[in-house]
Amino acid sequence: MIRAATRPLAFVGRTVLGLLGAIGRVAIYFGATLGHVLRPPWYPRELLHQLLHIGWLSLPVVGLTALFTGGALALQIYAGGSRFNAEAVVPSIVAIGMTRELGPVLGGLMVAGRVAAAIAAEIGTMKVTEQIDALVTLSTNPMKYLTVPRVLAATLSLPVLVAVGDSIGIFGGYLVGTTRLGFDPATYIRNTADYLEAWDVISGLVKGAVFGCIVAVMGCYHGMNSERGARGVGRATTRAVVSASILILAANYLLTEAFFSA
Amino acid sequence: MIRLEGVTKAFGAKQVLRGIDLDVETGESLVVIGGSGTGKSVLLKCILGLVRHDAGRILLDGEDVTRTDRDAFLARFGMLFQGGALFDSMPVWQNVAFRLLRGPGRLPKAEARAVAIEKLARVGLDADTAELYPAELSGGMQKRASLARAIAAEPDIIFFDEPTTGLDPIMSGVINALIREIVTEMGATAVTITHDMSSVRAIADRVAMLHAGKIRWHGPVSEMDAAGDSYLRQFITGAADGPIGTLR
Ligand SMILES: Nc1ncnc2c1ncn2[C@@H]1O[C@H](COP(=O)(O)OP(=O)(O)O)[C@@H](O)[C@H]1O
Ligand SMILES: [Mg+2]
Repeated sequence: MIRAATRPLAFVGRTVLGLLGAIGRVAIYFGATLGHVLRPPWYPRELLHQLLHIGWLSLPVVGLTALFTGGALALQIYAGGSRFNAEAVVPSIVAIGMTRELGPVLGGLMVAGRVAAAIAAEIGTMKVTEQIDALVTLSTNPMKYLTVPRVLAATLSLPVLVAVGDSIGIFGGYLVGTTRLGFDPATYIRNTADYLEAWDVISGLVKGAVFGCIVAVMGCYHGMNSERGARGVGRATTRAVVSASILILAANYLLTEAFFSA
Repeated sequence: MIRLEGVTKAFGAKQVLRGIDLDVETGESLVVIGGSGTGKSVLLKCILGLVRHDAGRILLDGEDVTRTDRDAFLARFGMLFQGGALFDSMPVWQNVAFRLLRGPGRLPKAEARAVAIEKLARVGLDADTAELYPAELSGGMQKRASLARAIAAEPDIIFFDEPTTGLDPIMSGVINALIREIVTEMGATAVTITHDMSSVRAIADRVAMLHAGKIRWHGPVSEMDAAGDSYLRQFITGAADGPIGTLR
């Protein structure tokens, strides 16, 4: 009787403890990564390689996401604005919405799907096929050789991807605004430029850097801790994407709170 | 010389090594035999520090391996992993030259490449193979490329983890002969893991048998066949009935 009644409590307790343990392990891993960023040897070729894979090759995904989102945003703001004769806010709200929120968040989530998964699968496979052990025996620290270049590359590329996404998103809004909603092109552009402030853009880029770091750290962490066998790698990949996505959304809330709450 | 004193290792509740005492003399070729899953790979990984042992001591030339300078320690070792463990993101020659291309004593690219091609030739792979990626090689070629990587920096001590498993008898013979030649020619200390008795006879100066987490028998290969130990006898003959349970 009592056992059955306390079982849900035990489950909650176990889950909370497990979660706290995981947060601690990730924090330690992240701290170790930072330590290795600062101390040589560095592997610049690996960094370049990762910039190409994480940054450059994510451009189409991030660009397309932003284009459609910007367009849909314009339609929604127009529909909402027209309820109190405020259709004219479309250009400025599209710009602010893209730069502050949707650019970084959607960019981060798309990159989480693409990059965290790829990193976790690659490093997880290396782990289960003893390639990580082989690296160590060849006097190469896997943290420096695998983790640091990926974390740096993602942290540096995401702000750039966000900037591109912001621009394409605003352009998406412009396309819909001028072709479907009857805005005058020159007025649309002027409205966008007049109301957009530097901080709107910069805050989004800072978010992007944080999200990039989250994506790569989660990918590497789960890959390095992959269990054995193909199933282990599959699980690591899933965990990397899910945890990166949730952490991005949580971090986004906290950053928004820190940046914009009066 | 490598000395293990009472080394134990458990994974969770599973006790794998239960007190290993073992000496490997400088320049000798020791072969460790034992059934699958008895902890042979774990033993090598403990010596290399890839897996941290729970208790006991591992000494290299009298120094505790957990306290030595890691880089200097690892620079003395070469290891052929059970599955090859070639890096699949880079061509074969870069795998072989991996250590030569990095670290304090690194060579220029062209020179490292020349050494890699020479080592590949040493294990019977031609220069065309050097440009291929590991996934494009057959199992036997992967083993050989790994072998070339293990010897590329001319280590003092080489570990071979099941060098012939999964290869046909002829390729096994080739690899066995190669290992014996390389060890003799380089004057290296070698520890080879295998459960292939033809490898034992081709490679070993001394043999140690691992069973139930301990060294069950050890001695010169010449005394192996005459040894009275019933576990060793069963392993050599491959008999289904004997002291070693076959239901694992
Ligand atoms: N990293 C690990 N985590 C958990 N168990 C392990 C790990 N490595 C090895 N084991 C277990 O230790 C035992 C011995 O493994 P191993 O040394 O690979 O055997 P073998 O003698 O065939 O080389 C096996 O039961 C294996 O499941
Ligand atoms: Mg093994």
